[in-house]
Amino acid sequence: MIINHPLLGPRDSAEFVYLGDASLLNRPDPETASPKDWHDYGYLRDNPAGDLRELWFHEGGDRSMLVVTRNTLTHDITSVALARDVALKLGAAL
Amino acid sequence: MTQINRLAGGQIDRHTTLNFTFDGKKYQGHAGDTLASALLANNVRLMGRSFKYHRPRGPLTAGSEEPNALVELRSGARQEPNTRATTAELFDGLQARSQNRFPSLKFDAMAINDRFSNFLTAGFYYKTFMWPAAFWEKIYEPIIRKAAGLGSLSMQEDPDQYDKGFRHCDVLIIGAGPSGLMAALTAARAGKEVILADEDFTFGGRLNSETHAINDNVATDWVASSIAELASLPNVRLMPRTTIIGAFDHGIYGAVERISDHLPIPPADKPRQILWRIYASRAILCAGATERPIAFENNDRPGIMLAGALRTYANRYGTTAAKRVAIFTNNDDGHRTASDLATKGVHIAAVVDTRPDAPSGHNYEVLKGAQIVNTMGRLGLTFAEVLQADGSTRMLECGALGVSGGWNPNVHLTCHQRGRPTWNGDLAAFVPGGTLPPGMTVAGAAMGDFSTHAALTSGTQAAATALGVKAVNVPLAEDAPIRQTPFWYVEGASRAWLDQQNDVTVKDVKLSHQEGFRSVEHLKRYTTLGMATDQGKTSNMGGLAIMAELAGKSIPEVGTTIFRPPYTATAIGVMGGRMRGKDFHPTRLTPSHDWAKERGAVFVEVGNWLRAQWFPIAGETHWRESVDREVTATRASVGVCDCTTLGKIDVQGVDAATFLNKIYCNGFAKLAVGKVRYGLMLREDGIAMDDGTAGRMADDHFIVTTTTANAARVYQHMEFVRQCLMPDADVQVISTTEAWAQYAVAGPNSRKLLQKIVDPEFDITNEGFPFMACGNITVCGGLRARLFRISFSGELAFEIAVPSRYGDALMRRLMSEGEEFDVTPYGTEALGVMRIEKGHAAGNELNGTTTALNLGMGRMVSKVKDSIGSKLSERAGLNEPDALMQVGIKPLDAEQKVTAGGHLMNEDGPVDAAHDQGYVTSAAFSPTMGSMIGLGFLKDGSNRTGEKMRLVSPVTDLTIEVEIVSAHFVDPEGERVRA
Amino acid sequence: MRYSGFKVIKEALTGHKGWKPAWRDPEPRPHYDIIIIGGGGHGLATAHYLAKVYGQKNIAVIEKGWIGGGNVGRNTTIIRSNYMLDGNEPFYEFSLKLWEGLEQDLNYNAMISQRGIMNLIHSDAQRDAFIRRGNAMMLNGADAELLDAAQIRKEYPFLNFDDARFPIKGGLAQRRGGTVRHDAVAWGFARSADSHGVDIIQNCEVTGFRIENGKCLGIETSKGFIGANKVASAVAGSSGRLMAKANMRLPIESHVLQAFVSEGLKPVLPGVITFGAGHFYVSQSDKGGLVFGGDIDGYNSYAQRGNLPVVEDVCEGGMAIMPIIGRARLLRMWGGIMDMSMDGSPIIDETHIEGLYFNGGWCYGGFKATPASGYAYAHLLAKGTPHETATAYRFNRFETGHMIDEKGMGNQPNLH
Repeated sequence: MIINHPLLGPRDSAEFVYLGDASLLNRPDPETASPKDWHDYGYLRDNPAGDLRELWFHEGGDRSMLVVTRNTLTHDITSVALARDVALKLGAAL
Repeated sequence: MTQINRLAGGQIDRHTTLNFTFDGKKYQGHAGDTLASALLANNVRLMGRSFKYHRPRGPLTAGSEEPNALVELRSGARQEPNTRATTAELFDGLQARSQNRFPSLKFDAMAINDRFSNFLTAGFYYKTFMWPAAFWEKIYEPIIRKAAGLGSLSMQEDPDQYDKGFRHCDVLIIGAGPSGLMAALTAARAGKEVILADEDFTFGGRLNSETHAINDNVATDWVASSIAELASLPNVRLMPRTTIIGAFDHGIYGAVERISDHLPIPPADKPRQILWRIYASRAILCAGATERPIAFENNDRPGIMLAGALRTYANRYGTTAAKRVAIFTNNDDGHRTASDLATKGVHIAAVVDTRPDAPSGHNYEVLKGAQIVNTMGRLGLTFAEVLQADGSTRMLECGALGVSGGWNPNVHLTCHQRGRPTWNGDLAAFVPGGTLPPGMTVAGAAMGDFSTHAALTSGTQAAATALGVKAVNVPLAEDAPIRQTPFWYVEGASRAWLDQQNDVTVKDVKLSHQEGFRSVEHLKRYTTLGMATDQGKTSNMGGLAIMAELAGKSIPEVGTTIFRPPYTATAIGVMGGRMRGKDFHPTRLTPSHDWAKERGAVFVEVGNWLRAQWFPIAGETHWRESVDREVTATRASVGVCDCTTLGKIDVQGVDAATFLNKIYCNGFAKLAVGKVRYGLMLREDGIAMDDGTAGRMADDHFIVTTTTANAARVYQHMEFVRQCLMPDADVQVISTTEAWAQYAVAGPNSRKLLQKIVDPEFDITNEGFPFMACGNITVCGGLRARLFRISFSGELAFEIAVPSRYGDALMRRLMSEGEEFDVTPYGTEALGVMRIEKGHAAGNELNGTTTALNLGMGRMVSKVKDSIGSKLSERAGLNEPDALMQVGIKPLDAEQKVTAGGHLMNEDGPVDAAHDQGYVTSAAFSPTMGSMIGLGFLKDGSNRTGEKMRLVSPVTDLTIEVEIVSAHFVDPEGERVRA
Repeated sequence: MRYSGFKVIKEALTGHKGWKPAWRDPEPRPHYDIIIIGGGGHGLATAHYLAKVYGQKNIAVIEKGWIGGGNVGRNTTIIRSNYMLDGNEPFYEFSLKLWEGLEQDLNYNAMISQRGIMNLIHSDAQRDAFIRRGNAMMLNGADAELLDAAQIRKEYPFLNFDDARFPIKGGLAQRRGGTVRHDAVAWGFARSADSHGVDIIQNCEVTGFRIENGKCLGIETSKGFIGANKVASAVAGSSGRLMAKANMRLPIESHVLQAFVSEGLKPVLPGVITFGAGHFYVSQSDKGGLVFGGDIDGYNSYAQRGNLPVVEDVCEGGMAIMPIIGRARLLRMWGGIMDMSMDGSPIIDETHIEGLYFNGGWCYGGFKATPASGYAYAHLLAKGTPHETATAYRFNRFETGHMIDEKGMGNQPNLH
């Protein structure tokens, strides 16, 4: 597969490490989250037969984390963004 | 008399005669021949035996779809089983042997199976060999295994090299027949980067097999001039002998180029084959079509082949399979073979055409509305029996029979991404359709454009459309109408072969249907139809057509099985490339590796690293002697160990401390500059991920060390936390593992040794540089270095790091300066012994299932701050009252062996899984304790010190009595490290 | 119809006219006691044991395509019970015992071949872990054998002992492990289940669940609504896709695992070899093909196909450990979809929806589990309690912290 890196252009997916469902960005708020929230974050995953937002780590490249939207039936990639930008939009705080 | 079957013409070089052997017998052929064409020229039709019934077989085809003529090529370590004689290029000295026969090809004892074919029908295995129960594995299976298989491996290491490479292009054109050549010319003249690949050693595809004219000239001349033009263009890369094996995601194609298979051995410095990954924006598939046979009784005798193949042998290779040839066809294409062969002087016994309205031939007899109902000839065809339109039968004497049931487009690559072909009723064939791999278009016969004109035109149009460029002029060529009406099998035929290699007959398909195996996938799996080395290229269509008829369905309703890569079978060696032997994985060496080698170190693989395991000295005969000495010497005076392989991650930024506070379960925010702290890192699921130290070099600068094994994963984890969870934090991390050479200097004299090299302005006394201090220093008169006062061994110890290029020099300097203290280099074994003596956890304890609590560090998990993993570590299952706790283990009898991996059982009671109390993680002989000792995890272990238990290891046949002790065998109060 | 030596001979001599379909092809009834979704190995085994062992009647197996077309039809055919952890080892040993008697139980020759499986050891730490595992196996009543390099060389002299990047230092063998003719497992269970009255309904796709007031009343299918007292999912690979129809998110990701077969070769490999320092395992089928595989591709996929990097990685492993196979040809490669769970272990449990049951999360190890999975699932469906060997396979283990993580990789499915 080829991932169109927002900064580096098309890169072979073999340069990346796959981390799975990008819901990993939605870490519960430690102040307010319940044990169930932590369980769901830690163990439940979106697993659609279709578009999935997922995290790829450019280990063999610039070491950026990317949020890639990829179809799990066709492997078509429709969008790629820097995970940091996505996380900033989510308003993830320290 | 040699080469008695040669005809005039063809593309062989008659001036170059090549000698070869088949089953030890000497033959001659010419340059440009394949093994099959050369054998046919020598009147050899029998080339193999079938898989199940061991029926005598000759070539069915003249190409890579060949199911029958499989041989063992070459000898010695280069022996290559299952090589298609139909594509193996002849070279001087070629050796080939027939396979899957005993004792000889002409007399094969296993042909007895053919006599028992009534028993060996589809699925017979599943119904039998069950009685008595024990007999399957002891009696039946060994016999079946021995009889099965085709060719043999040499059982020697493949001596040839294979390479891999990457290529990029605007358009990859797959197949260099008429459509592929036109697509290439169209793309190339428009300036596109073109790769033109063809599996054959000669470009031109089907044009090489035909007598067609292009622009009123010989077609092969047009091919030659087209190739000459393409070769002259800098934007075109021609790749003959290159098979596109698969269409993978996002326009990546796998290609295997055979560099040396046409030579006796690869030339020096040349690989046998190369695997290319071709990155193509567009691809145009011009893979042509495969002729399909007709099933009739005994249609598998040597000499019976596809009509188009006979034409290829005649027109391209200048040979016929026999002096008298008959044709059995349901379409006009079969007549071409008769016409071409007759023109070359071959006697045509008759053309048997199933169509009552078949055309007449001008130089051969046509039996219209007739069918072949049987054949004769044990090791080669002698007669074919024809049922004529009037119901009479007639025997045709012939040594070869060309069969044509029409042509199937080669849709294979269009389906590699799970697209399914669509049924074209006019052609009675599947054509590319549905969802093609993105970027792929199809042209020529592969698209069902069978006439030469249609192929030339569609290749041109496909390239023009796909690339948005101008179409070039299409040359003139024949445009015969295509009439393909289905005719799959002769009525009443039963031992009529569909899959010739696997011996699947019409009868088997009927039985499969009768027993309910009616899905095309069940048919395949129950009968093995299409599972042979040709993957059903010539057989699947007939089988599924018959199944459709039996099931009362249309062929598209029945559908096809899935086309899978590779397009043709591919050497495993080329898929592995150069990653074998010592080059399987890269080898990482530390900067002082050469020094260690000089010193006689024994090395051990640690991940990709090679580390010194111990340093034997003269007189030592067993590794334990060396390791014991290294431990004792270190504890007595001073030892040095290369710990460069530990992960070293630089963490910088205003928020560096906040960041580490999140990463580690224990607190880091308040760590003072110049101090190191031990840190335990959890995964988010609350399990220990890694441990190590972090030293604060400045307010905004930490150096984190990780274990060797986890360096990459910890770094990845940090980047995840930094970018995904703390995106607005001001922190940067980078791995500096390779940038610094690092050495542990341990033992009571370690400070004295270091004081000899640390520049005098740096105070490393216990007061000036206490336990857990760190700092930037210089050594040896100004060389920048980092010093950490940390200890894995339990002794007074330091770790000193210098830029990598000084690692070797530093090691040598430490050795020379340390002579007065009898300094000892120690390896990973002594390191392991000392850390076990000290009770430090390492990889065996941090095994991915253990928590801080298990490791005896439960209280380190801060409750006053959030850190990764802290919340999920609170789950009940990870905090049970009898949770596993790390303990020390000591044998009651000092002579006995403590085994890592052994399980702990109570002193009394049963020994079984239900009574398992824990297990030993690490064990070593402790010269300090004078016995073996171990670390392990024991239920409620922290409350069981002093308890006697049994350590059992049935797999190593060991049971000993042990005592549970503190994991800190040496200096439990930690006085030495603070000395 | 019982298969016997007499029957085989009689049919051979009389033109095979008497063979009947191995299973019926019924239309679905409006209502069943138990509906099993998924006509794969696990689903068909469940039906077989429900009918034969637990005496249940009125059972249907609903299959979207053709039976045996999922992972039971596309795996590398290995059976073994060489697990380490308490939650797993008794279950897999139970499964191996069922395999050992399966052919007689089913009256179907699935060609179970206990030719042995060998896990190679390449480091001291790996040996420690394998000793722990071998001991766990033996303490659970399974067989295990620790071998040194010389012993392995005697059995497999053609492995790379002299030029290996990661030298072979030993191995853990399980002699009772081996291979099975995978398709025949599905067919044998199907034939037996059918003979016990189970309706096997092919080409029937489940489009939804009818759930009212927290209770599952049946399934919507391409052949209409079918009511049931109990609905049991057994569609590993597609678990995420199916259970989403019941609005369930699972501790599972779907991944593609590729597998490979070479052209037929005369016997090379007596048993199963697993290369512990690379990503490669291999056996040789009775037909002569080398059947091999390695890691999952590593990204979520339902595409049933993989990509080149893993193909190359697997073949590199093969060439590293067994350089005699360089001139053997790779004939075919394919991909299956794996339910990769969050701890690498499966789930056999009821769901929070009454009457809806779940069996999945088998990662790439579901084939060897087929009989025990069917048995344990049948037990759960018939008795309402987990089978004694499957008590750990509950959904709530992630909430309570009782993960069964053989590899120690934690909650990242693609690392298991």
